[in-house]
Amino acid sequence: MNPNEIIINIEHLSKSFNGKKVLDDINLYVKRGEFITLLGPSGCGKTTLLRQIAGFLQPDEGVITMDGKDISQVPPHKRKLNTVFQRYALFPHLDVYDNVAFGLKLAKVPEDEIAARVKKYLKLVSMSDYEDRDVNTLSGGQQQRIAIARALVNQPSVLLLDEPLSALDLKMRKDMQIELKEMHQKLGITFIYVTHDQEEALTLSDTVVVMNEGRIQQIGTPTDIYNEPRNEFVADFIGESNILNATMLCDRKVSFIGHDFDCVDEGFGENAPVDVVVRPEDIYIMKNLNGAQFTGTVKSCIFKGVHYEMFVNTDSGNELMIQDYNAFEVGSTVGMLIRPEDIQVMRKACTCNVFDGVMTSDETVEVFGVELECGAREGLSKGDEVSVEFDFDKVELLDNKEDGAEHGFVSFILYKGDRYHLTVTTDGGYKILVDTNEVWDKLDLVGISIRPEDLRISRTGKEE
Amino acid sequence: MGKRSSWVIPYFIFLVLFVVLPLVLIAVYAFQDSYGHFTLSNIFAFFTDPKIVNSFLVSMEVALENTLICLLIGYPVAYILADRDLNRSAVTAMLFILPMWINALMRTMATAEIFSWLGIHLGKGTLLFGMAYDYLPFMIYPIYNQLNKMDRSYIEAAQDLGATPSQVFRKVTLPLSMPGVVSGIMMVFMPTVSTFAISEILTNNTIQLFGSVIQEQFYNMMWNQGAALALVMLLLIGLTTLLPGGKNAAEQEGGLI
Repeated sequence: MNPNEIIINIEHLSKSFNGKKVLDDINLYVKRGEFITLLGPSGCGKTTLLRQIAGFLQPDEGVITMDGKDISQVPPHKRKLNTVFQRYALFPHLDVYDNVAFGLKLAKVPEDEIAARVKKYLKLVSMSDYEDRDVNTLSGGQQQRIAIARALVNQPSVLLLDEPLSALDLKMRKDMQIELKEMHQKLGITFIYVTHDQEEALTLSDTVVVMNEGRIQQIGTPTDIYNEPRNEFVADFIGESNILNATMLCDRKVSFIGHDFDCVDEGFGENAPVDVVVRPEDIYIMKNLNGAQFTGTVKSCIFKGVHYEMFVNTDSGNELMIQDYNAFEVGSTVGMLIRPEDIQVMRKACTCNVFDGVMTSDETVEVFGVELECGAREGLSKGDEVSVEFDFDKVELLDNKEDGAEHGFVSFILYKGDRYHLTVTTDGGYKILVDTNEVWDKLDLVGISIRPEDLRISRTGKEE
Repeated sequence: MGKRSSWVIPYFIFLVLFVVLPLVLIAVYAFQDSYGHFTLSNIFAFFTDPKIVNSFLVSMEVALENTLICLLIGYPVAYILADRDLNRSAVTAMLFILPMWINALMRTMATAEIFSWLGIHLGKGTLLFGMAYDYLPFMIYPIYNQLNKMDRSYIEAAQDLGATPSQVFRKVTLPLSMPGVVSGIMMVFMPTVSTFAISEILTNNTIQLFGSVIQEQFYNMMWNQGAALALVMLLLIGLTTLLPGGKNAAEQEGGLI
């Protein structure tokens, strides 16, 4: 790609607060004139990333370049970009005109040009005739418009927007989305937008950057992100989805919920364990059982405005979410069909828990910061470095966090049609993946217990 | 009338007995001579007696100087205390308020002792030192409060729009802290005009402030003259609250908690 097309380039950016990594090795480039959105749940690091681009935070590691020049150490007032803040941050001691003119006055722009530009940009945000108003008397939506005008009037090459619409009500938010998109097209300025609202991200952006726990999960166009999520997190976070355990039988053939399906994915190998994502609107549901790939029983059916949302128990005992324009009677038997191109196959991050450990005696092993009973093992003795593996479904979660060998909290939940796939973060910061049929809530505190015979231990240390 | 309105009765009685009645008495005494006859001579004395005029002018001068000193020292202190990068603990702010836990008279006497031990001649310099020492917390605290509750995003917004650190201060931080500044000025200026004990102790009575003159007259049983001067002073202090921003500051929570 032509390097002139890239306006901002971020390489190996990391940032920690109080020893906790909030951004971990971020690599990202922003094309000139593009509308790019940083999307993720709260605490994923998206705002921290934006604040580093703006210059309010210095990166611990890595560089940010703008127009080819390293700006990592440049103070914010010298950067050629402007920010629209989440809570607007309009100066309460200045009226609308002086707020918008603030940057121009600092830049010593001639008085008559200031007046002309303020007028022009107030018109752009449909706030003409508000020049003399006290900003404290404006509504949230009006304040946001002034904040946008105040940033744009400086004609920055990049506009940063930190969840600018999150304080507005739904109707207003939708209107502003359309206006922002129009402004972007009209002005041709690069927009870097931060939001936790996936619908907003998909509506506005040319490029979406999905983030979680300080890392970029996927970068792509809205359609890519929606139709071809690269991992469980993206699939779960963007839109509704059925995420299911599957086996890739061979290229273009995948097996899940007890049936074999044709698909369009290749290169996963034979009999490889994978995850499959099927969007609820991509499952065809019909009364006619002939010609169906599999059958099931409708468990619930709720009208959602545009469509009906149904949960169907399949013949193999999996639960699927299906959206369709037609309602199907609860309790009735239905046939279902999934087209090959609607099946998105994802490589599994891992198929079991694997940790490094050390034998602390002949019958105990220290792993993820705690000592576990493992019984006597042939050929292993105290001090041996080992690798410890255990399956997702062999981890028992206990109500009382004081029970069990270690405790932690549920940090991520995924429903996989027939079981819950949980990520439990221990007090030591280790992540243990758990398959369970029990219902847990996010942030539940749990005790973790693993039976000695379920631990697979093999020696990794050097032979003596 | 609601049942709850009867709750105000004790406060009403308190106000009448301890605020309204004394004020009325001061006003009545001010316009009477020692035989109880109506007169304006007590009031005229304020404008004509050179000793009183002089002490009033000295008082105003000392109060203005003290307010200025407190502002010049207090604003930077409040600014540093409220800056989360420069001061990470609330304890430091506490330490600046801590001297207020000890009675002002005791602190003043101790200060005077230290000066005499150091062999420093008691006079205007020591008076201003003692006053600034006593009233500094009253200046720091409202400004600190105002700065502390100021949204950081205003500063970031100004930086973002191209303001250098000094421009951020002049165009955003300072104007937004003005309610605290006005509040601090009033908290320092008003009591210093009427102070008397500090000047007696720290100048060995060589500088007589207006408060001392009133106190002396009461001490010498000249109730009517004293009441007249007190009334004039009260009105003058009342006038300062009408200064631009004064009313505003009183309404804002920038004041002392």
